[in-house]
Amino acid sequence: MNPQEFQERIREAAGRGAAVRIRGGGTKDFYGNAARGELLDTRSHAGVVAYEPTELVMTARCGTPLREIQEILGEKNQMLAFEPPHFGPAATLGGCVAAGLSGPRRASAGAVRDFVLGTKIIDGRGQALAFGGQVMKNVAGYDVSRLLAGSLGTLGLILEVSLKVLPRPAAEATLRLELPQARALESLNRWAGQPLPISASAWLDGELALRLSGSPGALRAAAEKIGGEELERSVAQGYWIGIREQTDPFFAGDVPLWRLSLPSHAAQIELPGAQLIEWGGALRWLKTNADAVTVRSATARAGGHATLFRAGDKPEGAFTALTPVLARLHRGLKAVFDPAGILNPGRMSAEF
Amino acid sequence: MLWQEEDTRPYECDGLTAYRRLPMVVALPETDAQVQRILQTCHALGVPVVPRGAGTGLSGGALPPGDGVLLSLAKFTRVVRVDPLARIAVVQPGVRNAAISDVSAPFGLYYAPDPSSQIACSIGGNVAENSGGVHCLKYGLTVHNVLRVRGYSIEGVAVDFGSEALDSPGLDLLALAIGSEGLLAVTTEVTVKLLPKPEAARVIMASFDDVRKAGDAVAAVIGAGIIPAGLEMMDRPATHAVEQFVHAGYDLDAVAILLCESDGSAAEVEDEIARMKQVLEAAGATRLAVSRDDAERLRFWSGRKAAFPAVGRISPDYYCMDGTIPKKRLGEMLNFIGTLEKKYGLRCPNVFHAGDGNLHPLILFDANDPAQLKRTEEFASEVMEKCVEVGGTITGEHGVGVEKIDQMCAQFSAGELEIFHAIKRAYDAKGLLNPGKAVPALSRCAEFGRKHVKTGVQSHAGLPRF
Repeated sequence: MNPQEFQERIREAAGRGAAVRIRGGGTKDFYGNAARGELLDTRSHAGVVAYEPTELVMTARCGTPLREIQEILGEKNQMLAFEPPHFGPAATLGGCVAAGLSGPRRASAGAVRDFVLGTKIIDGRGQALAFGGQVMKNVAGYDVSRLLAGSLGTLGLILEVSLKVLPRPAAEATLRLELPQARALESLNRWAGQPLPISASAWLDGELALRLSGSPGALRAAAEKIGGEELERSVAQGYWIGIREQTDPFFAGDVPLWRLSLPSHAAQIELPGAQLIEWGGALRWLKTNADAVTVRSATARAGGHATLFRAGDKPEGAFTALTPVLARLHRGLKAVFDPAGILNPGRMSAEF
Repeated sequence: MLWQEEDTRPYECDGLTAYRRLPMVVALPETDAQVQRILQTCHALGVPVVPRGAGTGLSGGALPPGDGVLLSLAKFTRVVRVDPLARIAVVQPGVRNAAISDVSAPFGLYYAPDPSSQIACSIGGNVAENSGGVHCLKYGLTVHNVLRVRGYSIEGVAVDFGSEALDSPGLDLLALAIGSEGLLAVTTEVTVKLLPKPEAARVIMASFDDVRKAGDAVAAVIGAGIIPAGLEMMDRPATHAVEQFVHAGYDLDAVAILLCESDGSAAEVEDEIARMKQVLEAAGATRLAVSRDDAERLRFWSGRKAAFPAVGRISPDYYCMDGTIPKKRLGEMLNFIGTLEKKYGLRCPNVFHAGDGNLHPLILFDANDPAQLKRTEEFASEVMEKCVEVGGTITGEHGVGVEKIDQMCAQFSAGELEIFHAIKRAYDAKGLLNPGKAVPALSRCAEFGRKHVKTGVQSHAGLPRF
């Protein structure tokens, strides 16, 4: 299908009030609440539209495989700094932006939304619209492009995205240290307040892995300051891919996986189950059979929110409920972009 | 509350003095409860409300309503807390941008976005405009450095966008709030991220004998895989104006100068400065001067940061533009501005955030001469429309306000503008918060389109003409 056909398809579905399930490679089907509606596969609309390394901007169509984007950037020694998880070889750019998930580098480099410069979309009426652009700074109009990052396809079909890209770091090294959780959390927050080139962290079972990115000199100085043992390069690379893609053994098994997003300095969360901590303490993966209320209230008390990330079913909903005022604004915005309520209904919230 | 003319007069404009209007009433609340009460009352009575921070905005975003309340947050100046371990500062909206870095300095931390007006502009205004600064190529804009915005809806309902965590459930309403020019909510508290102060920083001043070469040098630096902490360009008229004013030590023979900064650990900076020098030399720099100490570094920057006031001294008035373009079109843009200088008989020094393609051409004019003001506006709108034409935007960081509202019609289609209006209605059904700013009425675009028929194509052709 081409964009005109997407438009017609959505217009026609809106006329019938028929739900449309927008989908790229389907690698993140598990994320959020169950999708329903007639499938609209975006993969036919693929390809890089523009890429100029010196502009630090890449524009590509939604169906472009994420893998392909990373290869093209890699040839010019650049990268998507938010290090998105693929969760499978079929992952597309559109799905990456719609899901809004970022990887290990998020705490230091920023999230998907921080790198979205512009989008072309088809809204729930079938209108083709463009927001933002291909430049770094743009404050004309509301920042709809960033709003689309993480919108789970509920506001529109993302046709095309312009992203800020960055040079790859000159060098990387991974250190491993033995630290109990409370001390790891304290150290991570303390280090983050110092000019150290930490680009990723992962704590599990008393072991903390730290990735450093920058000039070789900066890495040497940081490694001396932090201590620990340095991992062999290929082992380190494999390790971070395992964290990003959740192929690390921690993520195996059928126990429900929760994603706790917290202030990085939040104290140790005392909940039953195993935890893997990323993003300097701001992201805590919890494998637990504890009930949703227990997990969500403990997370809320610590100033964060809990998402049921992977589970057989999600009767309490994947996401933490919104406050009444935010729920009202969400309903309002949904009606702005998709008045018939046909785009990915139920995926983000039972309400829409 | 202020309502007598002698008291309300100082509020008749913001940093864009060409547009003035006397507010009916100025409210200066001191507490959240007062803000809430004002909004509840105005909402019930259907009275427009225009929020105002320090009043340094350059697009008329805080131009008062003639028939409403100018809501000044100037008394909200408390730093609620600085948490060095969490690396955040919680501040009220009237706190000055530079003051956040000042209170964070004892912990080795600072707030990164640094608009040139940082000694005066307030964080509430920065949130409204999504302000940038000279270091945002590496450290991002306001939207990248704010974790939470707390405030009130027009109905007076308390609302939090974002949190101290890195994300929130649902849609990213924080991203939508930042840069919304006071049209969606009134901010009463902002939580910002603080960054560790880099161990070292040095800046190179590179001279060029040709503006296009300087533009190519910018691309060359980035092409070499370097993201400078700051990368700024000034042309000769700008450096001359500045040099008389602050004595920054600029090379007055250069046709254009670049300021290219590196920061990080001492080792990193040494390494990066060496690489930058190599690239700049290869790109045809005629002279390179590297700051020897922090005093010299700040002196080099002082000229750039004082560019607007310096230009203000050599001309009765100046009109600052803010378009952003793809960097590769810089040379073309500068030539275009050169031809407009001749066409309109007005001078236009240029300062740029070159690293991110954000231009600040400054048209010099005398506002007492209505003919000059008119020529200036036409000059500016040609530049803005050219920015859109080359794939850029009419405003990179100053906002649309009232100033660029017509050019919004050039950048967005009727459908897109209607989405903006609908977003506004979702937050403010009665259209009371900062009405008439940022997004043009479609009828206005129809009018604008009629005036600007280019090459036979009428913009917004589908709209009814009045």
